[in-house]
Amino acid sequence: MDVLLHLADGILAALAPINLGLAFLGVVIGLFVGAMPGLGSVNGVAILLPFTFVIQQITGTATSPMIFLAAIYYGAMYGGAISSITLGIPGASTAVATTFDGRPLALKGEAGRALVIAAVASFIGGTVANVVFTGAAPLLASVALKFGNPEIFALMLLAFATFVGLGGDDIPKTLISIFFGLIVSAIGFDIISGTPRLLLFDSTVWFSRGIQFLVLAIGVYGIGEMLWTINSYRYDMKMTEADITMKEVGLSILRFREAWKGTAIGSLLGFFVGILPAAGATPGSLMAYGVAKMVSKDKSKFGKGQPDGVAAPESANNSASTGAMLPMMTLGIPGSPTTAVLLAGMVIWGLQPGPRLFTDQPDFVWPLIGSFYVSNVIAVAVNLAFIPLFLWVLRMPFTILAPLIFVLSVVGIYAAYQNIYDVWLMLFFGIGAFLLRILDYPLAPAVLAIVLGPIAEPTLRQSLILSDGSLSIFFTRPIAGPITVVAIILILLPLFGLIRRKIKASGRGGLTV
Amino acid sequence: MRLAELVTATAIALLSVYLMWKSGEGPSWDPTAQRFANIGINIDGRGPGSGFWPFWLSAAMFLASLAVIFNWATRRSRPSRSDDQYLDAEGKKMLVQVGGGLFAFLGLIHFLGYYGAIFLFLIYSVYYIGRHKLRLTLAVSVAVPVFCFFFFDIAMRIVLPKGYLEPLFLPLYEIFY
Amino acid sequence: MNLVSKISLGAAALGFAVLAAPVQAFEPVKPIDFVIMAGQGGGADRMARLMQSIVEQNDMAGRPLVPTNKSGGSGAEALLALKNATDKDHTIMVTLNSFFTTPLRQPGLEVDILSYAPIGRMAEDTFVLWVHKNEGINTFEEFVAEAKARGSDWVMGGTGSAQEDEIITNFLNGAFGLNMKYIPYSGGGAVARDLAGEQIDSSVNNPSEALGFYESGDVIPLVAFTDERLPFFPDVPTVREKGVQFAYYMQRSVVGAPGMSEEASAYYTDLFTRVFDSDEWQTYRNDKSLLGDFLSGENLMTYWEVQRERHETILKASGDIK
Repeated sequence: MDVLLHLADGILAALAPINLGLAFLGVVIGLFVGAMPGLGSVNGVAILLPFTFVIQQITGTATSPMIFLAAIYYGAMYGGAISSITLGIPGASTAVATTFDGRPLALKGEAGRALVIAAVASFIGGTVANVVFTGAAPLLASVALKFGNPEIFALMLLAFATFVGLGGDDIPKTLISIFFGLIVSAIGFDIISGTPRLLLFDSTVWFSRGIQFLVLAIGVYGIGEMLWTINSYRYDMKMTEADITMKEVGLSILRFREAWKGTAIGSLLGFFVGILPAAGATPGSLMAYGVAKMVSKDKSKFGKGQPDGVAAPESANNSASTGAMLPMMTLGIPGSPTTAVLLAGMVIWGLQPGPRLFTDQPDFVWPLIGSFYVSNVIAVAVNLAFIPLFLWVLRMPFTILAPLIFVLSVVGIYAAYQNIYDVWLMLFFGIGAFLLRILDYPLAPAVLAIVLGPIAEPTLRQSLILSDGSLSIFFTRPIAGPITVVAIILILLPLFGLIRRKIKASGRGGLTV
Repeated sequence: MRLAELVTATAIALLSVYLMWKSGEGPSWDPTAQRFANIGINIDGRGPGSGFWPFWLSAAMFLASLAVIFNWATRRSRPSRSDDQYLDAEGKKMLVQVGGGLFAFLGLIHFLGYYGAIFLFLIYSVYYIGRHKLRLTLAVSVAVPVFCFFFFDIAMRIVLPKGYLEPLFLPLYEIFY
Repeated sequence: MNLVSKISLGAAALGFAVLAAPVQAFEPVKPIDFVIMAGQGGGADRMARLMQSIVEQNDMAGRPLVPTNKSGGSGAEALLALKNATDKDHTIMVTLNSFFTTPLRQPGLEVDILSYAPIGRMAEDTFVLWVHKNEGINTFEEFVAEAKARGSDWVMGGTGSAQEDEIITNFLNGAFGLNMKYIPYSGGGAVARDLAGEQIDSSVNNPSEALGFYESGDVIPLVAFTDERLPFFPDVPTVREKGVQFAYYMQRSVVGAPGMSEEASAYYTDLFTRVFDSDEWQTYRNDKSLLGDFLSGENLMTYWEVQRERHETILKASGDIK
């Protein structure tokens, strides 16, 4: 009961005109920053951080600036889906999985439907996460602390397990794609041995900083897929149906039921992955996609424009971004780069994030939580209202849209990492991806692997330092053990199926293998 | 397409071997370190070395590329059965036009900076490849860099490189900061 | 300033640029590239963003400081970015002790830290030994006894490899006959979290990183690696009091690109002196147990030289460089 009273107080405080205005402004800024390829919530939050001091001086409290920044964070989570769907380039790393099915939907002329699904799924994901957050923040924080390195590695193994079969029928090519992503993620500085490694062709300038995730993701989707589309359609692309009235937006909302399963999976899984140390919203959304596909009766439709394939990652990334706030507020530890900047902000405003924040600073915490609810409502409303505007982009002639997408990719990568070599690498990856795509090499597994690799490798090695090189550590610990076993079963499952089919087939043929 | 499949798989196999060899390299501060001394799972009681992860993954990638070649030889995969051309004449032309355009675009950034290069790239793609009217071309290729300047340089404080055009932007900074 | 006068000033600035007239007193004419030699959210990053905020809030500089995190290669990326900067007078960097260790560990970079412009040392961060309260350890002596008993089963977590935390761990192992196992993490926040979750047995976090868990009573400070007791932890002894001559600090300095003009260097030194003197900075210093006076110019150069030699000795002794 106490919690509900606090929450009511918090929501009332968040509805104060100044806070409401800031939340609205923040959401709109976040929406645009998130929709710009390469830029994500972290850019918006980091850039407006100094500006929040002015807000703090005006309002005299740390709550209003925090509400503003949290609203940007929220808006960006919604915005990421927009360019993933309309342009086929992930607007932010968290929205990569949204391109898997969002882009095929747009190519079918159903971009409007995809955008509505994304917006509503985001809203549900965010709201579910808010409710769980409100009810169980301190409890969940202590659960998150139980996840040490072996547990996180086991979880990464589980993430890969859910992605078995993501790539299609050609298993060796899928494996090549996964291994390539994992190896590429190891290029650069090795934090554990403290030395640079895999500096290909001995080039410090090109490889010492490592290959960043978006370089591969935007290369594959912004350049590679675009070249492939041009090659397949020869500029005859027509997206004339990419038009939608507000009435049709309303109708699409009513049809949202079709994606309930993906949304449910994404909302819960996303939140859980979000609160875990080192994970964050990107692995959360990728895992949600994998699980949604795994449990679906119709796996073959994924990657070809399945509504669940849009809803799962979108609900997950919103849910995870709220989840990532939890370790930040209750433990003072950021779960993602964006929360790291928010944390820096709290420190500068004179707050001490940590286990005592909830008891020491209720006047700060509850209005902020209240504002999560409010911002979420604002974000979904703004997003739905803008959908006709976003679709205007798709009605451009393809011969103008395609160069614009190239320009945005090239600018976006620079904006994300501020390094011209990364832009060149993106171009090489993009052309390579195009050439491989023709030969049926699936590329989504490589993108997944480059996200999970930098989490999986250090946790694997840290665990093995702990266990003196013995792999048994992943089986004997109470939390890691069951997760590892489930992951291994999931990985082997398709193999069993294959063997069974073989035996059956040979049985019919009357031959023994 | 059969030839392309074999060439690609062979290239990946060679890349894997190179990556395995590269993974075995010792730390940069110790020129006396033995190659492949760092790929074990527990070295001196300090866990896996820096080459552990990339080396074994590269080895696995090598095996996977052999499997692709095996599938090619036994004609099990779609590209190894297909008689289609890998890239037809039209496709090759596209790759040269668009891919070449992108290379030129990135090259120009080093000299003219982002804004100059975007302007020229858009003129090339919209006017020459897209065959749109000059008026529309100019509108697009001026509007995009202007928008980018305000969005990135001014609003987001992400300063894009300007190359030799830098002096032209100094008065703009004076106005907007 | 209204827009018209801004535009006319702009025109004047263009005149300057075209004529390339010699500028007597340096003023930045474009946004200043403010490189941070560490990732987002760490101690160095928080401090850099605080400095940027102070500059912005009090309108101290004519052009904005644009922070960019370049943490790649333990700071190698940042060192190279400054070395290869095209506009030396508009490129500065916030740095820490990897400024000394990274060039030693990665000779391939060919970086000479004494060629960087010494703008100002803003603070020295401190290190404290922490354990979880469930260990039941309350003094440094109990820690030594317990860690000795457990040998290599006692796990110390820290940031990076052959950097600050491992240097201190090696020192403790050597000076007190311990055999602690060291696990490198990518950042101090992760170390603090894993100590609070009892995934590791001890850490040598900066006070700012562990403060939240200290206030909630989850972790206990045992000893400070400083010359004198920290004002914030008056009851925590220094390692010196335990009979060992050792102190270790983390520099928080601002440096300019190699080849920066004297005028520009003087401008930035003046700018950061004002940041240092601001109320906000002083409050932050006190709250987070930071030490160290403002150093610049020759004094900072001398400090670097001494520190580089010291790190070279330490790393050679531990076998981390040849």
